[in-house]
Amino acid sequence: MQVVSPIREHLVTGGKTYHDVTEDISRQVEGPVTKEWKVVFTVALLVLAYGGYWVYQTWWYGLGNWGLNKTVGWAWDITNFVWWVGIGHAGTLISAILLLFRQKWRTSINRAAEAMTIFAVLCAGSFIFFHMGRPWLAYWALPLPNTFGSLWVNFNSPLVWDVFAISTYLSVSLLFWYIGLIPDLATIRDRASGIRKTIYGALAMGWTGGARAWARYEDVSLILAGLSTPLVLSVHTIVSFDFATSVIPGWHTTIFPPYFVAGAIFSGFAMVQNLMLITRVVYKLEDYITIEHIGLMNKVITLTGSIVGVAYITEFFIAAYSGVQYESYAFINRATGPLWWSYAAMMTCNVLSPQIFWFKKLRENIVVSFVIAVVVNIGMWFERFVIIVTSLHRDYLPSSWTYFTPRMGDIGDYLFTFGFFFVCFLLFAKFLPVINMAEVKAVLKSSSEKTDKK
Amino acid sequence: MENTTKKYWKGIEEYRNDIEVVKNADKEFNLEDLDGGTHRRDFLKMLGFGVAAVSLAACDAPVRKTIPYLNKPETVEPGIPNYFATTYAESGEYSSVLVKTVEGRPIKIEGNKLSPVTKGGVSARVHASVLSLYDNEKLKGPQKGGADISWEDLDKEVMAGLSSASNIRIVSSSIFSPSTKKVIADFQAKYPSAVHVTYDANSASGLIEANKTSFGVAAVPSYSFDKAKVIVGINCDFLGTWISPVEFASQWAEGRKLVSGKDGKHDMSRHYQFETGMTTTGAAADYRAMIKPSEEGALLISLYSKLSGNTIGNSTVNPEILSKCIADLKAAQGAALVVSGSNDPAIQTIVNGINSLLGSYGNTITFAQKCNLRQGTDSEVNALVSDLTSGKVDAVIFLDTNPVFSHPMGGKLAEAISKVKTSVSFADRADETASVCKYIAPAPHYLESWGDAEPKTGSYSLQQPTISLIFNTRQAQSSLLAWAGLDSDYHKYLKANWKSNILGGKSWVSALHDGVLTSGTSENAPVSFSGDLGAAASSISSTKGGGLEVSVYESIAIGTGAQANNPWLQELPDPISKVTWENTLNISQKTANELKLEKGDWAKLSANGYEIELPILIQPGQAHNVVSVAMGYGRTGAGKAGNVGANAAPFMTNFNWTANASLEKTKSGYTLAQTQTHETVMGRQAVIQESVLSEYVKNNKAGRFEPHIATSDGLVKPYTISLWNGHEKQNHSWGMVIDLNTCTGCAACLVSCQAENNVAVVGKKEVARAREMHWIRLDRYYSSDADSEYQINPSHLREMEIASENPEVVIQPMMCQHCTNAPCETVCPVLATTHSSEGLNQMTYNRCVGTRYCANNCPYKVRRFNWWKYFENEDFDFHMNNELGRMVLNPDVTVRSRGVIEKCSMCVQRIQGGKLAAKKEKRRPVDGEIETACSQSCPTGAIVFGDMLDPNSRVSKALERESEGRAFHVLEEINVRPQISYLTKIRNKDLADAKVAGAQKEEHHETEEAHAEEEHHG
Repeated sequence: MQVVSPIREHLVTGGKTYHDVTEDISRQVEGPVTKEWKVVFTVALLVLAYGGYWVYQTWWYGLGNWGLNKTVGWAWDITNFVWWVGIGHAGTLISAILLLFRQKWRTSINRAAEAMTIFAVLCAGSFIFFHMGRPWLAYWALPLPNTFGSLWVNFNSPLVWDVFAISTYLSVSLLFWYIGLIPDLATIRDRASGIRKTIYGALAMGWTGGARAWARYEDVSLILAGLSTPLVLSVHTIVSFDFATSVIPGWHTTIFPPYFVAGAIFSGFAMVQNLMLITRVVYKLEDYITIEHIGLMNKVITLTGSIVGVAYITEFFIAAYSGVQYESYAFINRATGPLWWSYAAMMTCNVLSPQIFWFKKLRENIVVSFVIAVVVNIGMWFERFVIIVTSLHRDYLPSSWTYFTPRMGDIGDYLFTFGFFFVCFLLFAKFLPVINMAEVKAVLKSSSEKTDKK
Repeated sequence: MENTTKKYWKGIEEYRNDIEVVKNADKEFNLEDLDGGTHRRDFLKMLGFGVAAVSLAACDAPVRKTIPYLNKPETVEPGIPNYFATTYAESGEYSSVLVKTVEGRPIKIEGNKLSPVTKGGVSARVHASVLSLYDNEKLKGPQKGGADISWEDLDKEVMAGLSSASNIRIVSSSIFSPSTKKVIADFQAKYPSAVHVTYDANSASGLIEANKTSFGVAAVPSYSFDKAKVIVGINCDFLGTWISPVEFASQWAEGRKLVSGKDGKHDMSRHYQFETGMTTTGAAADYRAMIKPSEEGALLISLYSKLSGNTIGNSTVNPEILSKCIADLKAAQGAALVVSGSNDPAIQTIVNGINSLLGSYGNTITFAQKCNLRQGTDSEVNALVSDLTSGKVDAVIFLDTNPVFSHPMGGKLAEAISKVKTSVSFADRADETASVCKYIAPAPHYLESWGDAEPKTGSYSLQQPTISLIFNTRQAQSSLLAWAGLDSDYHKYLKANWKSNILGGKSWVSALHDGVLTSGTSENAPVSFSGDLGAAASSISSTKGGGLEVSVYESIAIGTGAQANNPWLQELPDPISKVTWENTLNISQKTANELKLEKGDWAKLSANGYEIELPILIQPGQAHNVVSVAMGYGRTGAGKAGNVGANAAPFMTNFNWTANASLEKTKSGYTLAQTQTHETVMGRQAVIQESVLSEYVKNNKAGRFEPHIATSDGLVKPYTISLWNGHEKQNHSWGMVIDLNTCTGCAACLVSCQAENNVAVVGKKEVARAREMHWIRLDRYYSSDADSEYQINPSHLREMEIASENPEVVIQPMMCQHCTNAPCETVCPVLATTHSSEGLNQMTYNRCVGTRYCANNCPYKVRRFNWWKYFENEDFDFHMNNELGRMVLNPDVTVRSRGVIEKCSMCVQRIQGGKLAAKKEKRRPVDGEIETACSQSCPTGAIVFGDMLDPNSRVSKALERESEGRAFHVLEEINVRPQISYLTKIRNKDLADAKVAGAQKEEHHETEEAHAEEEHHG
């Protein structure tokens, strides 16, 4: 039997009953589309359309629309790719690792976090296509049987590992998210009528709510959690291999795998924090996403932020200690070279800003949490930019040193993924339950605030 | 038995086998009787045809004009190139060349090794000349006042004009073709009033006039830089642009070659250079000092006075290195050479005095073989200008010259020429001069023409067409012959002239085959100096400099601007400044500070009532208070690619410079289209390894940087440990050895590579975005005043980024290093870049998906990405955007599509071709038979290509000699094991003067290395 310490904060406040949970969550799905949602959705669609124009430009006319050059072969493309993959990590961490560790506070945020994961991974995946000179041949990176003779993929290439890592990650995350949705979809089905009943019914895949169904549901969740736990670590490790296995000073670093994973969780939690804080206010879910949740998320943000901070400092130490001229120059150049401002932005946003969460007042302040979460995501974008661009723009031969200036294509393609992400998230928030009703109900008995119902 | 087989029939007609039935036997249903053309039974047929027809019509298949030979010419085999020997002899430049033609179109220029003058060397401009052949902005036929005219009408009108004229001028650049000279003589016989005036935009007038007064020989002598132990150049870019740079560079390199080992060659010439702007010659010199153009004369006076002990004039110019220079010159009596690029006869008289004092005549300079590449003198040209402006001349003919553009008085000339009754230009386009002439009788490109040349006395060269006329053009010589009333067949004329005057009984066919013919040279007649030095000195002191001076120089890429519309040349980075597509106002940092100008500014330069506006270039090594501007830019009649920059010719009032100019900032924030923006090597000894001669003599490995890796067994050399299995090479292992000592940075390799490998031109904007496509680049590093030892100290590193005021320069050709452990190969997800069994790093374009990971992971940054589609694209309106221009493409090399990576292939198509040729003859390829485009074109032989598995190849031998000497791999410590080796740069400089990184620390390295070895073995 599980014993819940009385000093623990309640995970659900307001003395909710099972029915209240169903009502609170399903109301959003069942009710009419609100004006605010329409406005935000329109904005998201416009951003998507504008970004889409630049995607067309880069695909139809070529990557010259970006600011890359002979020396800097990757910049915003792979920065965005790693950034989105990193953001995606929070979903899996929350749903898999926290499930295995029986962290019950995860129940109110895991659904949205997982949805975010999937959309973020799709955004990341789109940059795999965008960054290619000939994206229509992207399938050549898959080990497909073909008629090209003996041509096969290069299993030595970290980009091939990426293809496997990302596609595995996407499929497992998608499966996990969907399995978790089934009981809730059935709840909505049972309350709906007409065409909605048919659609949600089909999506619920004949969920009966019987004991056997629940037992299987629990088993599958556990198995998938077991499968995705290594993925939390492996996906970003493999992404970091894109850099770590190269010969470029500033990329060729053995510290990258743990550093990237910590960074991914860091940015992912920040993104979850942002999305949840908005959903909480808009959908009036203050009883489900409590200050306790926000505080816990901020603690994780501070921890992972400090881990990346230590990594940054370690890198500098090793660069100096190695005695390798190119290595130490790469790091001095990061901090004091022409792109010093990006390094300064990274350090301030990632290492310094989360430290304010040592103060409980700030940690539990919604506005501060929101702002810091945004700052962290900006910082993490700069971290990838710093790693990629400052290492490349001044590597071995000074004759080839250049500078990088983004062009509209870089910005447009990034906006496209933003548009895509928010369109998807808004559709999710409208048509699917944003909180896992079934799992919240499971913790209701033990962790809900008891108040007398009038 | 009775036959029981029954017979069935449809009707009585069939039974009777009527003739009608037999006829219609195949038409069972007799559909013709039915109404209408189509029938339900045809439905599927019609539908299928319809769909096919519509879909075919929808596909707009590009029209490819491929016309098969009906009668195949005997010598043309599709896919097999033919080589023809011919001669480039234009605008004062000479090269004996072999032209590679495929299916009747010339696509590549190579050097002719049989030529005693150019010895197989070809300059960048000559390499690029093949593209000028396919310039679609050339005139398609003769013109009168901008309208088309037929040749018959033109001849009639011009002849009428000429016969009514009483004062005819033929203006040409130096003509060193004996047959053309004869044609002009024939023309003059018909029109006795015709005077031939030689006008060279880059003349050697001062030298010729001084030689006339000093020795009574009005000519340019032959120089032997190879015989000189001490070479002094004063504003004389003899390795880049002065008179015959390809010839001089190869001679110069003779004296600069070093060979390691006991029996090696351990001495080299010492080269002093006094110059205004930084040139490739100054970059290659051992000692370089900066002088203003106004100081040239004073410097020479000082030099002469100190050498001879007789003071001939007062001089305040006394650079620090002068006394060292004088001591060396004195010691090198008879093996010294002083050259000046000045056009002031007074200055050249003093140079002649110095050379005669040093005993150079008969040793390093000879009049026995005159150099005919420059014949024009200023006095002649000034007379022409005054004749033209005063309206005396009533007919003028321009041959291979464009004085309206290139002469300082161009504007006035244009006005005067337009008033001349009969004016004809042979220009291939309506250039600045031709457009003010009445008639343009366009002459074909040299690759479409017959001709000959005598670049030096007794050294002849033939020119033959390699393609039939592309446009309705006619050779200038034919035109002149026609107007003289003679047979206009110049081929016949040329042959007759050679038979009677040049061949001397030798075979015409073999001369044509070889391209060159040498007749005996005359005896080395001693000359005695009789110039008036006192007069020269006083003339010099009367020319006053002062204020901000403007120096106009010739750039390697554009020269005098004759080939300005050649996109290869426009995109050729200047070997020193790395600027493409325009000329700049080059000033020193100090002058920039004084004038409050900085990088990215534009400024207006004005002097003598003329002004131009150009971007500022802060040039290390530039003399203070002098603005250098390249000539040849600012064309208005060149074409789409050529009309860039601003014309500096009007500043050449005082020979090639002027004083008291002013420079004013006009705007800022401009990005120059430079291919290299970082100036120094940042103390990276694994990249550039250099030392000085005295150290090298002591230890052949002087200047070598030998990194060691710490392992559990102590320090070891990088190549002794590896994660890789390597590649087995059983047959060949192609590689190169590049000598940093003899590379002058002339950029011939770059254009040669561009021509051979269909490298795209990307234009100014894209170059400014650092997206040029060149497969070989010439990395140029300036020395810095900061301590060259690397330190982990940001402020020191920032100091290292700043080039010295007068830096030492190293130029390093850099292309794909074909690493054995190639970082690019492991990271490609689709195996588009792989290793060959012959040591090549191969790029498979059609497998490339364009992730650019290989380019990122290349330590040498030699991979290039196709950011756009560079062919058939209006945004890149260069030769690959028109049908004529695309004729220059090499059919053996794929034109890369957008989105793929490309890089140096070590001319794999040439390697395969050479191997095939050898295989057909059942033998191994012979060393030297296969050459890459860059190694083939190097005038100094600095790039040597060959098979490292062939023990007799030049590459193997050089590596054997130099492995314990000068040979090194760039970035040895990352253990990628390149196939390309470099030889250290050795300067003939005293150790105390050297800015060389490794030089002072030699001993330190020695001990460290010994220590490492010891530990490794122990």
